[in-house]
Amino acid sequence: MDRSIYIVDTGVANMSSIEAGFRRLGVPVVRGVDPGVVATATAVVLPGVGSFAAGIAAIDRNGLRASIIARFDEGRPILAICLGLQMLCRGSAEAPGVAGLGVIDAAIEAMPPAAVRPQMGWNRIEASGGPMLDSGDAYFANGFALRSAPADWKASWSEDEGDFIAGLERGRTVACQFHPEISGRFGAGILARWTESAFEAEVVRCV
Amino acid sequence: MRLNRIIPCLDLRDGRVVKGVRFEGLRDIGDPVEIAGRYSDAGADEIVVLDVSATSEGRSATPALVRRIREVVDVPVVVGGGIGDVETANRLLDAGADKVSVNTAAVMRPELIESLRDRFGRQCVVIAIDAIRRDRMGWELLVRSGRGRTGLDAIGWASRAVDLGAGEILLTSHDRDGTRSGYDLGLIRSITRAVSVPVVASGGAASWRDFAAAFASGATGALAAGVFHEGQVGIGDLKRSLLAAGKEIRTC
Repeated sequence: MDRSIYIVDTGVANMSSIEAGFRRLGVPVVRGVDPGVVATATAVVLPGVGSFAAGIAAIDRNGLRASIIARFDEGRPILAICLGLQMLCRGSAEAPGVAGLGVIDAAIEAMPPAAVRPQMGWNRIEASGGPMLDSGDAYFANGFALRSAPADWKASWSEDEGDFIAGLERGRTVACQFHPEISGRFGAGILARWTESAFEAEVVRCV
Repeated sequence: MRLNRIIPCLDLRDGRVVKGVRFEGLRDIGDPVEIAGRYSDAGADEIVVLDVSATSEGRSATPALVRRIREVVDVPVVVGGGIGDVETANRLLDAGADKVSVNTAAVMRPELIESLRDRFGRQCVVIAIDAIRRDRMGWELLVRSGRGRTGLDAIGWASRAVDLGAGEILLTSHDRDGTRSGYDLGLIRSITRAVSVPVVASGGAASWRDFAAAFASGATGALAAGVFHEGQVGIGDLKRSLLAAGKEIRTC
C-alpha cells in the first residue's frame, strides 16, 4: 500500500512549505500532475495560491478537472488548501465566467470590506464540530472567501470585519481557506488528523 | 478576529545571522537555521530572513539555506535581499519561502512588482521600504540597505508599490533601526493611512510597549531583531505582556 501523500503540482502553489509540513510529521510526499494518480491515490492535496483564473487554468491545462471531481464523488481523501478550497467551488467573484470544479455548491465572494486587505496574517477559527478542524489560530493569505456555508458540509468560521468560512469538512474531504502547513502546531494537528484518516480509509478498502 | 504578528528578523551575512545599528557595524549572532527554529518554537508568528550583504554584492539569499530553514519553521517565512528578477524570486519560493521581500530592485524597476504579482500573486509580494525622516518634509525612501538616497517620498512610493501589486509593506525606520528608542509611530501612521495592505513595522523595538504602540498605530505586524537575539525580550514573555494589555495575539 502506498503510504505517501500526492500533492497536485500545477505550478501555482507554495509546494515546498506543504511538503515540509508533511515531512515534519514523518509522512512522505510525492508531487505531480498525473490525472490517473490524482483520481485514485490514497491521499491527495490540492494546494494553490494566486488568482482563481490562473489556478483553474492550470487544473484544466493538466487535464485534472475530471480526476478531482471523480475523486470527490468516490469519497477519496482530499485536502484542499487556500485557492484549492476556492477552486472546489462553483466559481468566484474574482473571475466571473470561469467555472470552478463545482464539488462545493457555493460561490466565492470578496472578503468583507476592511481597512486592511488582502487578509495576510493570523486569524482565530471557531471549530466546525467535525473531527478534522478544531478551534485555534491559523495563517491566512486571501482577498476572497466563502461567506455562507454550503449545505452538507461542516463549516468553521473566522471573522475580519465580517464573517467568512475558514474551513469545510465532509467525510475525508477537508478544505482550508487558511494554510495549515504554516500554521504552527494548530496546522500540524490538522495535517496529522487528515493523514491518519486517509490511511485508515485505505486499510478498510484493502480488507 | 485579526491577530497581530510578532516577527523576528534574521539579517544574514555570509550565511550567518548578524546585527548592526542603522545597518552598520555588523556583528555575528549565530546560525540562521538554529535561530529560526528556536524563534518558531517560541511562538514567532512569522520569520523574516534578509541577506543584508546580497544587494551590494550583486547576489541573492541562497535557496539552499532557505530550504534548511523551511524544514524547521512551521510559520510563514519571508526571504529578501538582492532579489532583482522573477526567476530569483521563483528559486526562493520553490526552496520554501512563502513570500519574497523586494527593496532596491523594485525602486529601480517598479514593473518588477507587477511581474512578481502576475507570476506568484499579491500574497507573495512584500515590498520593503527603508525610510529616513526629513525635517518637516515627511520621510525619504532609501535603497541599498539604507546606503542609497533616492529623493523619493517614502509614502508616495508605498502607495505606488501597492497599486503595482505589493501585498504587504515591510516598513523600516532608518532613524530608529537598532537604536531601541521605539518604532517611528508617525511613519507607521502615515503609511497605514496611505495604503490598505498589511504593514509590518520595523526599527527601534525595545519593550512590549513598543510592539503595542506599533499595533495601535496601524501596523498588523511588528518586527525586531536585536532585542530577540540578545534575550532582552523573549517572544513568550512579549506575547504574555501584549495579551495582558488586551492586544489580539496568537496564543497556540
